[in-house]
Amino acid sequence: MTELKKWYELPVGCMNTEPGSSLRNLTGGWRTFRPVVDKSRCTKCHLCWVFCPEGAVELEEDGFVKVNYSYCKGCGICANECYPKAITMKR
Amino acid sequence: MFLSTNYAVAYAVKSCDVDVVTAYPITPQTTVVEKISEFVANGELDAEFIPIESEHSALSAVIGASAVGARVFTATASQGLALMHEVLFIASTMRLPIVMSIANRSLNTPLNIHCDYQDMMASRDCGWVQVYVSSAQEAHDTIIQAYRLAERSDVLLPVCVCYDGFVLSHTYEPVEVRERDEVLKFLPRTERPNVLDPRRPVTMGVMALPDYAYEFKYQLVDALTRAPRALEEVDREYERAFGVGYGLYEEYRAEDAEVLLVAMGAIASTAKIAIDKLREMGVKAGLFRPRLYRPVLEEIWREKLKRTKILAVVDRAISFGAVGGPLFTDVASLFANEPERPLMMNFIVGLGGRDVTIKDLMEIVEISRKALKKGRVEKPCVYYGVRGVEHGE
Amino acid sequence: MESSAFKSIKDLPKVEYFSAGHRLCQGCPEGIIAKLVTKVLGPNVIVVSPTGCLEVSTSVYPETAWKVPWIHVAFENAAAVASGVEAGIKALRRKGIKFVDEKIHVVVLAGDGGTADIGLQALSGALERGHDFVYICMDNEAYMNTGIQRSGTTPFKAWTTTTPVGAKWRGKLQPKKDMAAIAVAHRIPYVAVASISHPLDFANKVKKAAEIEGSAYIHVSAPCPTGWRFDPSKTVEVARLGVLTGMWVLYEVEMGKFRVTVTVPRRRPVKDYLRMQGRFSHLTDEEVAEVQRYVDEEVERINKVVGYEAIGPVAK
Repeated sequence: MTELKKWYELPVGCMNTEPGSSLRNLTGGWRTFRPVVDKSRCTKCHLCWVFCPEGAVELEEDGFVKVNYSYCKGCGICANECYPKAITMKR
Repeated sequence: MFLSTNYAVAYAVKSCDVDVVTAYPITPQTTVVEKISEFVANGELDAEFIPIESEHSALSAVIGASAVGARVFTATASQGLALMHEVLFIASTMRLPIVMSIANRSLNTPLNIHCDYQDMMASRDCGWVQVYVSSAQEAHDTIIQAYRLAERSDVLLPVCVCYDGFVLSHTYEPVEVRERDEVLKFLPRTERPNVLDPRRPVTMGVMALPDYAYEFKYQLVDALTRAPRALEEVDREYERAFGVGYGLYEEYRAEDAEVLLVAMGAIASTAKIAIDKLREMGVKAGLFRPRLYRPVLEEIWREKLKRTKILAVVDRAISFGAVGGPLFTDVASLFANEPERPLMMNFIVGLGGRDVTIKDLMEIVEISRKALKKGRVEKPCVYYGVRGVEHGE
Repeated sequence: MESSAFKSIKDLPKVEYFSAGHRLCQGCPEGIIAKLVTKVLGPNVIVVSPTGCLEVSTSVYPETAWKVPWIHVAFENAAAVASGVEAGIKALRRKGIKFVDEKIHVVVLAGDGGTADIGLQALSGALERGHDFVYICMDNEAYMNTGIQRSGTTPFKAWTTTTPVGAKWRGKLQPKKDMAAIAVAHRIPYVAVASISHPLDFANKVKKAAEIEGSAYIHVSAPCPTGWRFDPSKTVEVARLGVLTGMWVLYEVEMGKFRVTVTVPRRRPVKDYLRMQGRFSHLTDEEVAEVQRYVDEEVERINKVVGYEAIGPVAK
């Protein structure tokens, strides 16, 4: 639990000077279902990477995808859009 | 040059080499932006002149421009100022060094294009530094001082320069115009932390929940406490550079005054003549004229005002439903915990452009003297000059 | 212009300028849009957002999802703030003070409320003045941030909390406001309608809009699981059905020339789209037929404008 900042510790002018600091907020805790990728079916089309609202589907070096479960909210868009059905939502 | 206050403001803006100006017409400010557009049109001022579609957008656009580091200006009055009300608070908590001139005019309804201070008084809580001037020369100089004050790294606050609509905005006076090169030496460009720049991406105008919102507001409270000292320094530096300084307030024959008029803007100028006449008649009248209105100079005002026997606070705005006008409630709050204090009366005058004459001010002093003789003030708030309202004790 | 367009998903830039950890709902299309737009245009982009779902969910202090400069001022003035940002950059660049050799895109990411209703004045003024920026309206067809109230772009007969279904009312009584047409009426160089279901088409429109000198307006479909009442996994599918039924035609108007960018040779009937969404669950077959007729007329009009059958007939 981070300590709350005092008024003089805040940046001047109602702004946030830490770009991307939302990464501190692990939204993976929102999930009920989690997407599981079956590499044998994946065609590396990368649509799941485009469609993930969280950016929790990451591209790997070899072109396959990996789900970042720290942030995945379990919405299921990736599984729904995966044409070869390489992604399934499991409890 | 022989200039109206509006033009004096426009010439000051030109000398300050502003980068972005947003313009929306409203009487009695319009000739400010008309003049500035002439300067831009013939290349005397290199600025983006945005003929914006409303005053709300006028202030919003200068916020956007100031947010990328530009020096900005806009002008408004009356309904326009009221329309940008929500954005005023945003500009101040975002700590943007915006300078705006207000040609004070009454608020609807009824529609009235003439002078009173209702417009800025209705928004006085917005967190801007507010200065009330009483001549074209002062308006010209104060605009330049305002940029220096606003852009100081220990201040970073928007500043508005207020002056009486028509009474000052449209009347001509000889004005010593400060030349661009001299002004730019006085206003060097500085870096600010709160700017939008891809090299240092920041998120401006955040949302805050109850755990942080008050701390953000308090930052503004704190910045305002630094503004008076900063303006004093700026004023002294200005005097060194241009030979003229104004201070944060003005006193006229106040040291031994029994009745002290407290008035701002053009009425204060008229008051000086009234005071001279009264003094000839043996009446010990004096004037305290606040120049810096927000933030209130608590200690200084209290010290200057408590020396007298009765204060005649002159307001050119009504605070409907309150006990007295805005300046009166500010003055009264200074003495909330003081066991010794002068008697206080409030005269609400000149609304809707009704002329406030030397005779009026002399009568106001007379009414105050009568209360002083009685030793008490029965009704502090006098709506002076309304047909059908009896005034005086 | 065509040679620099993205040809496939693989061509999209990989660097992310919009972080995870934001508080948008599961399956929120605005997350997809913000990610894609900042990816295509970043890092030299300044984003302006009005009050709305995207703004509140991404900027709660002390967290921010933005890795590009971003500013929020108020609800109705995104276009005015963007005008000022653009003018400020222009002036500072011209005077040699800042941004001298850089191209910085100014982008507005706004909701439909902050565009078609309260934001319309500022948008119209900015478009008339022709500021060089890209205004992207993420249309989730209601004031979603405050809990699903109707806006000017809420479609005919949709349920919202201020157009509920009861004995007297059957959802929204008025048709949807055509924001793209309003933008076109301002004679700006580029107007487009896009959908998250067609990300390549959308990304190319964003790129083109940013490269064009002058004002650009993109209206993008943003189906909202929470407000439209469907499972969060269906967001992109609902958007796709909008396109395939002809309810959401993907087109662009470049220098006044109208072009359909995604043709639909055989249309799906509108009921396929409407039946996916709880906000239309009260529609009778007659009302669905009424919507079908409306879409048929629109499709006919568009086909006449482009001079060929860009959007085909309903598949039997």
